[in-house]
Amino acid sequence: MAPAHAHVLEDLRTRIAHIARAGRSPRPVVPFGVAAIDARLPQGGLARGALHEIAGGVHSAEAVLFVAGVLARLHGSVLWCLCRRDLFAPALAGVGLHPDRVIYAEGGDERTVLLCLEEGVRHAGLAGAVGEVTHLSMTASRRLQLAAEASGVIAFVIRRWRTAGEAGEFGQPNAAVTRWRITAAPSSPLPVPGIGRARWRLELVRVRGGEGALWEVEACDGQGRLALSADLADRSAAATEGRQRASP
Amino acid sequence: MPLVIAGRDGGRRVVTAADRAAQALGVRPGMALAQVQARIPGLRIAATDPAADAAALERLAAWALRRYSPVAALDPPDGLIVDVTGAAHLVGGEGALLDDLLSRLRTAKIAARAGLADTLGAAHALARFAPEPVTIAAPGETEAALAPLPIAALRLNADCVDRLRRLGFATIADLAAVPRAPLALRFGPELGRRLDQAFGRCAEPLQPFCPPELIQVRRAFAEPIAALETIARHIEKLAEALCPLLDRRGLGARCLDLIFHRVDGMVQAIRAGTARPVRDAKRLTRLLTDRLETIDPGFGIEAMTLVASLTEPLGWRQGDILGGEAELDVSALIDTLANRLGAKRLYRVSPVESDLPERSVRTVPPLDPPVCALWPEHWPRPSRLLSPPEPVEAVALLPDHPPAHFTWRGVRRHVRRADGPERVVGEWWRSDAERAAVRDYFIVEDESGERFWLFRSGDGEDPASGDLHWYIHGVFA
Repeated sequence: MAPAHAHVLEDLRTRIAHIARAGRSPRPVVPFGVAAIDARLPQGGLARGALHEIAGGVHSAEAVLFVAGVLARLHGSVLWCLCRRDLFAPALAGVGLHPDRVIYAEGGDERTVLLCLEEGVRHAGLAGAVGEVTHLSMTASRRLQLAAEASGVIAFVIRRWRTAGEAGEFGQPNAAVTRWRITAAPSSPLPVPGIGRARWRLELVRVRGGEGALWEVEACDGQGRLALSADLADRSAAATEGRQRASP
Repeated sequence: MPLVIAGRDGGRRVVTAADRAAQALGVRPGMALAQVQARIPGLRIAATDPAADAAALERLAAWALRRYSPVAALDPPDGLIVDVTGAAHLVGGEGALLDDLLSRLRTAKIAARAGLADTLGAAHALARFAPEPVTIAAPGETEAALAPLPIAALRLNADCVDRLRRLGFATIADLAAVPRAPLALRFGPELGRRLDQAFGRCAEPLQPFCPPELIQVRRAFAEPIAALETIARHIEKLAEALCPLLDRRGLGARCLDLIFHRVDGMVQAIRAGTARPVRDAKRLTRLLTDRLETIDPGFGIEAMTLVASLTEPLGWRQGDILGGEAELDVSALIDTLANRLGAKRLYRVSPVESDLPERSVRTVPPLDPPVCALWPEHWPRPSRLLSPPEPVEAVALLPDHPPAHFTWRGVRRHVRRADGPERVVGEWWRSDAERAAVRDYFIVEDESGERFWLFRSGDGEDPASGDLHWYIHGVFA
């Protein structure tokens, strides 16, 4: 691309961003602290006051840790809305999210979970709000996004699939600012018997004002920080980050 | 020493109440005092004091209002009516409510009987005439429950009961079986009305009891209102009127009752609780309007009463004019959610010192002071815990090797990497079955990188420690 064109595009992007924000001041972000990932996100991190959607495997166990890792690096209480009680709090503490900070709301059904999540997102005193649902309609996500914009609370929706077939629903569009898919990847072998740090395939499926990407990362550590996989960190970024389409 | 209470019935002195010892000797309320005195030497007699009785009943009603339901009424001289519609589940159901009520009354040395039914008349009859001290008529079974009771249970005057008995009517079933018209001709409309009230065929309005010291505001409407928006607007006005009253006494509301008086005499109520005392009209309005859809306005609502049924002192807090970091207060959010979900479904988790994973967490109310404790961190824990653990088919070398592969929910997985065992020994102080129980936990990773938390029951050597079956207890990242 010629430099002149790049300049025009950059100018257009700024103007569109200005219109989209409609006079609201830019939100602070939560950076990952991994340069390769932060560079792909419009403001160099996950925007606060926005809705982020994370899909994982059938149990979305990785997605839970990913979200907990982000929230662990913020201050304040977190509302976690679930359908049923299968989240194991010691795991959240393991990535740095202290149990005193997490308030659980057990909805019983998805409609109630979304209602509770929206209620939480509207409350500016929270650091973040998380909801675990299977279905997320355009309307529901739009409501959450608007509520998050108004309050500045960072909102996460973790998609839980009961069957592999439901995972296809991730292709449906919604209003989330970023959409992620996290799956497990084989960890690197240790020289001794045992098990090392877990490894994830972290896929940025869609990001408003940016392009998708794919990384292989080391799972959250005790402070909720990710790291690029050791054997990939030395390679050039272009070799691993392929441009991803928004819908699979 | 037997004790009776004596009062006046016209010119003669009669027994109005007798304690258990006196009743055992054959004393019944209504007997002439002279006769009783002649029969029982050393009888203690106290003069009746209707004013004190009424005051005690009011105290009891105020207590029931705070504890059980937003709507309670007096039924003098010795009855208390509590409308538990929609409030019983808060103390664990109707049976649990009555048990709780009676045991608390017993602790206070008050002998009581209780009846619970669809209608006021039926509950009144069951409480006084049913053979059991606690009787609950299931919804829709009022007629069956009332049938065997004597006709005196219908709240008729003594003369009417007497004449009915002389005609051979003994139970309510006898009375319900005969045609209504001849009865009405002979005994007047009262008999039919009482029957209908007991069976729920005609409404019986309740005069709710309002203790004078309660902080409350009331709005009556010239025209009945029914639209939800209108009701919501009036709730806002009520809340705005209530808050200055609370303010003047330095109180905040912990529990609010909004009582709707419908034009047909029915009373409906919304109860909202808060985790901390609140005196903010906006928040109170929000809590009450949230639950508005549970109200059926029927033909319209002619008056609304907002009562702060439980209050606690709430002082003023100094604001921070320098604009320092404001304390992030989530109690408003917690109130909203707790009223919507129920307080039990809103919680925080705090550590328990137990090696068994399912016992290592307990739930605490969301606004409890921070615990600051953490679980030990030397072993990773899965983010999803399966409860109960699910059995898996696994192949492993004894005694302490991880499985080579396992089958869970129909999927066979090869184990590539594993860590363990982490041995968890049963808590012998809890039960005999746990004395020897052992679980060996392994973290295993399959070919795709998914990690699971498996355990084998038993240490692989001693059969008493477990049956060597494999289970999956959690899923890691």
